[in-house]
Amino acid sequence: MKPFTQITGIVAPMDRANVDTDIIIPKQFLKSIKRTGFGPNLFDALRYLDQGEPGQDNSGRPLNLEFPLNFPRYQGASVLLTRKNFGCGSSREHAPWALDDYGFRVIIAPSFADIFYNNCFKNGLLPIVLNEALVDQLFKEMYQQQGYALTVDLQSQQIIKPNGESLTFELDEFRKHCLQNGLDDIGLTLEDAEAIRSYEIRRREQSPWLFDALG
Amino acid sequence: MGHSDNTKFDIRSVNQKKTLYDKLWQDHLVKCRDDGTALIYIDRHLIHEVTSPQAFEGLRLAGRKPWRTDSVVATPDHNVPSEVAERAAGIAGIRDDVSRLQVQTLEDNCKEFGIVEFGINEPGQGIVHVIGPETGATLPGMTVVCGDSHTSTHGALGALAQGIGTSEVEHVLATQCLIQKKMKNMLVRVEGALAPGVTAKDLVLAIIGEIGTAGGTGYTIEFGGNVIRKLSMEGRMTLCNMAIEAGARAGIVAVDQTTLDYVKGKPYAPKGAHWEQAVAAWSQLHSDDGAHFDTVVELQGETISPQVSWGTSPEMVLPISARIPDPAQQSDATKRNGIQRALEYMGLKAGQKISDIALDRVFIGSCTNSRIEDLRAAAAVVAGQHKATSVKQVLVVPGSQAVKAQAEKEGLDKIFLAAGFEWREPSCSMCLAMNADKLGAGEHCASTSNRNFEGRQGYGGRTHLVSPSMAAAAAIAGRFVDVREQLDKITNSIGTTEGAGQ
Repeated sequence: MKPFTQITGIVAPMDRANVDTDIIIPKQFLKSIKRTGFGPNLFDALRYLDQGEPGQDNSGRPLNLEFPLNFPRYQGASVLLTRKNFGCGSSREHAPWALDDYGFRVIIAPSFADIFYNNCFKNGLLPIVLNEALVDQLFKEMYQQQGYALTVDLQSQQIIKPNGESLTFELDEFRKHCLQNGLDDIGLTLEDAEAIRSYEIRRREQSPWLFDALG
Repeated sequence: MGHSDNTKFDIRSVNQKKTLYDKLWQDHLVKCRDDGTALIYIDRHLIHEVTSPQAFEGLRLAGRKPWRTDSVVATPDHNVPSEVAERAAGIAGIRDDVSRLQVQTLEDNCKEFGIVEFGINEPGQGIVHVIGPETGATLPGMTVVCGDSHTSTHGALGALAQGIGTSEVEHVLATQCLIQKKMKNMLVRVEGALAPGVTAKDLVLAIIGEIGTAGGTGYTIEFGGNVIRKLSMEGRMTLCNMAIEAGARAGIVAVDQTTLDYVKGKPYAPKGAHWEQAVAAWSQLHSDDGAHFDTVVELQGETISPQVSWGTSPEMVLPISARIPDPAQQSDATKRNGIQRALEYMGLKAGQKISDIALDRVFIGSCTNSRIEDLRAAAAVVAGQHKATSVKQVLVVPGSQAVKAQAEKEGLDKIFLAAGFEWREPSCSMCLAMNADKLGAGEHCASTSNRNFEGRQGYGGRTHLVSPSMAAAAAIAGRFVDVREQLDKITNSIGTTEGAGQ
């Protein structure tokens, strides 16, 4: 996983609440057995005017020019600003894969769905929770100013606005550590292999039926 | 404990009262780490074809082996065809090349890593959340994970069951553990009784309508109260299945006699001395009296009517007698925009009666409502009638090979076929339309599934979430009707086994 330290990037809007993972990446693209290549199909049903299919060349498809991600001013955006309960629905990790593949590194919202939030950290994406008033203010500033960009610094847990103002965000210590160092958490867990084995021995004695074979 | 009159001791014992979730968490705690996270041991790992290929690939790339292959059970469900002829030829018969490769990849990975798989046309195959409880692969007191958000279903058994992403699938394969922080406790208590014709599906839709799709975020929801106690296991599975639609990763129901009666004799349920030992342990799987819940939500069963979702989020749901809401009456701008956008997508007008929505297709199936009791409830409404000519297609897709066999034994397939419905092969089917079963753009569907998101059942498709009996009644009438009006035709009980095992 790539480490995350600090980024400065253009902010793009997804100005609705309850953006579900079916909207982020429609199911037909879940048939892939790879982790990459989902970016061109991020928000597929909103971005294009036709129905997308896996494996097709997306460059010639008709764009929905009313969808903000297609506006010239938001090209190259790496920060997504959105409303509450972003990423609700399915556990598909294809959603963060698609956001990452498109080029997003940070998502700012008043709240996220639990599984999606968790999946982001496994892929070097930083989901930031800010209260609704602050998110509203960011939306206003972003709409007012072409090329509105934010700097996000992970170490200090701060968002720095174009006017120099800064906002602090909360983050779990373990997740921050993994994200900063691009750590593989399987490797970390396996450092506790002894604890897992001794738990297993205890468990097998107390609840032997849990280890009955599925013949 | 509790027999001492020592005040200090009493205070300590008060503090020790635990919720069911607290107990399940503590039972599986491998290690608390300094940073506040914990390693939680996983007893059962369910796997399907969509969210596992990248996890197996990750293991291969890192040169890792699964920690405990006998904890893993796999089956293909999302991509497999439901259409009888296409299904008959197994994997080789799957017409969609991309789907075929994904189902084949699951089989190859299971062989390579030595994992038990119920293959595409084997007797154990089915929707992963149907076959888990039905085979006894998922049991009370277990921690259960699957790369699928509807893993919450297995919480009906008194298990801590959660959906995970693909990175976590790989993590659990490699370490048998999840890294988690403990969730908060929520109790949804439903007292009284459900009226005849009102099912677990209506109940859970009403709960989501009440607390919203983010209402349970950060919580494990325990469903309790008299109404829950009277629900059958199938009803409890429907309820826990949709906990995730209320934002909660896990929903749970305490173990009682109904649970034990259900589990006993299942192929992978403990036998002999292990059964006695298990039952003794499972008798603790309930919240202690006076245990602390961070949030309590209370509903009265009698107030709940059959529900129909009208919008593009499961919280956009109303009783059958209601009218479509008016965005102009909503003061919050984000909510107003949400309602407005949903009405445009759904092709509905504010003030329109729900019962005036005409239907193009009907889908009876999914991990929410494809169990035998669901099919019985639908068949009871349908018997002797025929689908409306305006309804293009009614799909009935049993949740597993076992459900299919049982339904055929009871002659339910004949009732559906006589009504002009299609009787299909076990799969996720039109719940998420990854196989060939899809809505066309603009089509309205009465669906027993769990999500009414934009495009969920097909590009431009319009989903209305309902119970199996409401879906069946809608198929006959061509529009939504209150199934209670047909009550005299319904002989079987729906969604509940009155007084079972109490």
